[in-house]
Amino acid sequence: MRTIDTDVAIVGAGGAGLRAAIEVARVDPSLKIALISKVYPMRSHTVAAEGGAAGVIKGNDSFDNHFHDTVAGGDWLCDQDAVDLFIRDAPRELTRVEHWGCPWSREPDGHVAVRPFGGMKVERTWYAADKTGFHLLHTLFQTSLKYPSIERFDEYFSTDLIVTDGHCRGVTAIEMRTGQVQLFRSKCVIIATGGAGRVFPFTTNGAIKTGDGMAMAFRAGVPLKDMEFVQYHPTGLPGTGILITEGSRGEGGILVNKDGYRYLQDYNLGPPDPWPRKKAMELGPRDRLSQAFWHEQKKGRTISGDYGDVVHLDLRHLGEAKIDERLPMVRELSKSYIGVDPVHDPIPVRPVVHYTMGGIDTDIDAATSVAGLYAAGECACVSINGANRLGSNSLTELLVFGARAGRGAAELATRSVAGADEQQIQNAAEAAEDRVLQLFRRADGAESVAGLRREMNDAMEAGAGIYRSDDLLQVCTESMRQIRERYKNISLTDKSNVFNTDLIEALELGAMIDVAFTMACSALQRKESRGSHQRLDYPDRNDTAYLKHSLASYSATDSPAIDYRDVTITRSQPAERVYGGGQE
Amino acid sequence: MSERVIELEILRYDPEQDETPRFQTYSVPYHDDWVVLDAINYVKDELDRTLSYRWSCHMAVCGSCGMVLNGEPALACHTFLRDYPDKIRVEPLQNFPIERDLVVVMDDFIDKLGSVKPYVVAKQEQDVDDGEYLQSPAQLAKFKQYTACINCLLCYSACPQYSLNDAFVGPAALALAHRYNLDSRDAGRSVRQDVVASNEGIWECSFVGACSEVCPKSVDPAAAIQQTKIASTGDYFLKFLMPWRRK
Repeated sequence: MRTIDTDVAIVGAGGAGLRAAIEVARVDPSLKIALISKVYPMRSHTVAAEGGAAGVIKGNDSFDNHFHDTVAGGDWLCDQDAVDLFIRDAPRELTRVEHWGCPWSREPDGHVAVRPFGGMKVERTWYAADKTGFHLLHTLFQTSLKYPSIERFDEYFSTDLIVTDGHCRGVTAIEMRTGQVQLFRSKCVIIATGGAGRVFPFTTNGAIKTGDGMAMAFRAGVPLKDMEFVQYHPTGLPGTGILITEGSRGEGGILVNKDGYRYLQDYNLGPPDPWPRKKAMELGPRDRLSQAFWHEQKKGRTISGDYGDVVHLDLRHLGEAKIDERLPMVRELSKSYIGVDPVHDPIPVRPVVHYTMGGIDTDIDAATSVAGLYAAGECACVSINGANRLGSNSLTELLVFGARAGRGAAELATRSVAGADEQQIQNAAEAAEDRVLQLFRRADGAESVAGLRREMNDAMEAGAGIYRSDDLLQVCTESMRQIRERYKNISLTDKSNVFNTDLIEALELGAMIDVAFTMACSALQRKESRGSHQRLDYPDRNDTAYLKHSLASYSATDSPAIDYRDVTITRSQPAERVYGGGQE
Repeated sequence: MSERVIELEILRYDPEQDETPRFQTYSVPYHDDWVVLDAINYVKDELDRTLSYRWSCHMAVCGSCGMVLNGEPALACHTFLRDYPDKIRVEPLQNFPIERDLVVVMDDFIDKLGSVKPYVVAKQEQDVDDGEYLQSPAQLAKFKQYTACINCLLCYSACPQYSLNDAFVGPAALALAHRYNLDSRDAGRSVRQDVVASNEGIWECSFVGACSEVCPKSVDPAAAIQQTKIASTGDYFLKFLMPWRRK
């Protein structure tokens, strides 16, 4: 097995992974960095974020505002020490990428412009038209080319973390061009592999968002935290699930039902006037808006379409000039994919799985419970997002915690790490290679990747959607348990070593099944409604029993065990979430 | 419901088995709102697990699924079955070695992208605590168009010069260099000139404009290259007119 020696191995080269790599390179240029990704960096899903990145810079805003918006938006499941750190680091990190060339949209005087976003009391979302993630990713990628110590391994699919004596010593990965498993032997590893929206059938997430890094950490003994919290974005295009940014509502777009009625006023988000008003109506948080859609649908007030029911997102009153300046991609996507020009017609939209609030359990320094293992970005759960992430906090999160992971890893790598037993590392790497080879060679399995993936998708949609209940979740967890068993009978059709996507998709499916199983089990155990986790049988929040993070631990044979840890509360006691006219 | 069937004639090549590429035909049901990528995914999931290709976002922003469709470079996720005849020939991008099936070897492009130093070379580093650099909307508008490149490589596939001389730096990389040269925060034009204004840089371009025609993001690399030529010519003459003016 080829072995590559490095100081810091980073898995994932999206926003968080690139930011981490740059930070390691800045802190100590002598450290060797291996930046490993299953795709070229600019293909990473950060590219698809549209609306913006939140950070306090204007005189009418304050850190306190951003703190309270985030904590209430997360239904008090955020760790408040982490949120404090996050909102304070945010402006500096956003400014840094401005210095690196990010083409932020500007005010006439040349300062960075900000726009309103859902659940935010004051407009504080920096944006680059409606392609903020794209510009952020390309800026980070291009900036990373400045640092010779960052060596990239593009199109390497990571399979297993190497952990010996409780310390992470590296990672194994398949070089997709040759199919060979290689060992990256390192002093520490940062996981930055993004979310897992693909466990659901209808999602804004690209094909690559399969939870690989979450599953790797999980199998290596790190708990997955708060996995029951899955965000539905209220405005996706029917059929494809293509995201129509919240920025479109930030710029003044409205949501109406089949009667042309702004239905959000019926769900404690109104009154509709005066408009626009922050933290009200269409600028409410995503969980509330997606749940309101569900209720409208039950009442028969949505519009039926070829791909299920929809409501209308109406931008017409903004006018062509503003739409073209602020929302050019929304117009282009809408015209291309559903033949609707938002200048002239309302866009049909429906809620769509968008973001995993949960993830690899980390502390505020992005460190996990395994020494030398860090995680940042959507794959991680610090938690600053709690039970519901506010739009535009996640792009900022990947910068803030990507940088922190980089600093932590760099510091650890410059210290001398206690000598590892080479034989143990080799053994672990060979076991990882063996796992891949077994899958590759298995000939008689009855299950196919595409078939089993579809069953997983259907089970998750049926049981772990916007509204959940004990009976639905019992079925869902049982289905996931069976699907995990049946996965052992997967066999591949493609036996080539070169760019074998049958193999890669099979490994991705294995990761998704592990991740989906934690989502279902954590949801079943949480007998309350909080943020994005809504239980029809337990409609209220229960702070006595569940002001806690769930922690799902891996078992090779059983369902994941669910444990709990208290939320860190510093200066905001749990209260009612108030949006619309009820605010002070 | 339509009974229409689309025939996808897909180039197949596995270096472990095939001496030369071959074509394989698949029948796929027609859907009015399907993009070509949906049809290829249908092949992968329902007909043939051995087909290899790249894709991810399905919304024309990640740049993964550039291919040649009936002879034209295009993003498979952004071209609709309804705009094609019943038979679609699907090939990998031209001017790159085939790694497998529709997957091309991108190494040359990645090297060229890095060679133009596509990052801000600041006049004087400003501390982040001193805030952002000011940049007016007009200054932003000067280079905004050239930031829109998604690195999909369609322009390299279309470029007649790149097909003749693979040392040519090429449309996307030169447009990116131009983007940074035009950015009011940047002072790095002189350090990019070695590559940009070399024989394999802008002067290799014969201004056919195929790159701009196929660009799915309206970046217009051809215009970027022509503007760079003018700026570089200015440099050249200024060197004689004002020898004291350095770089």
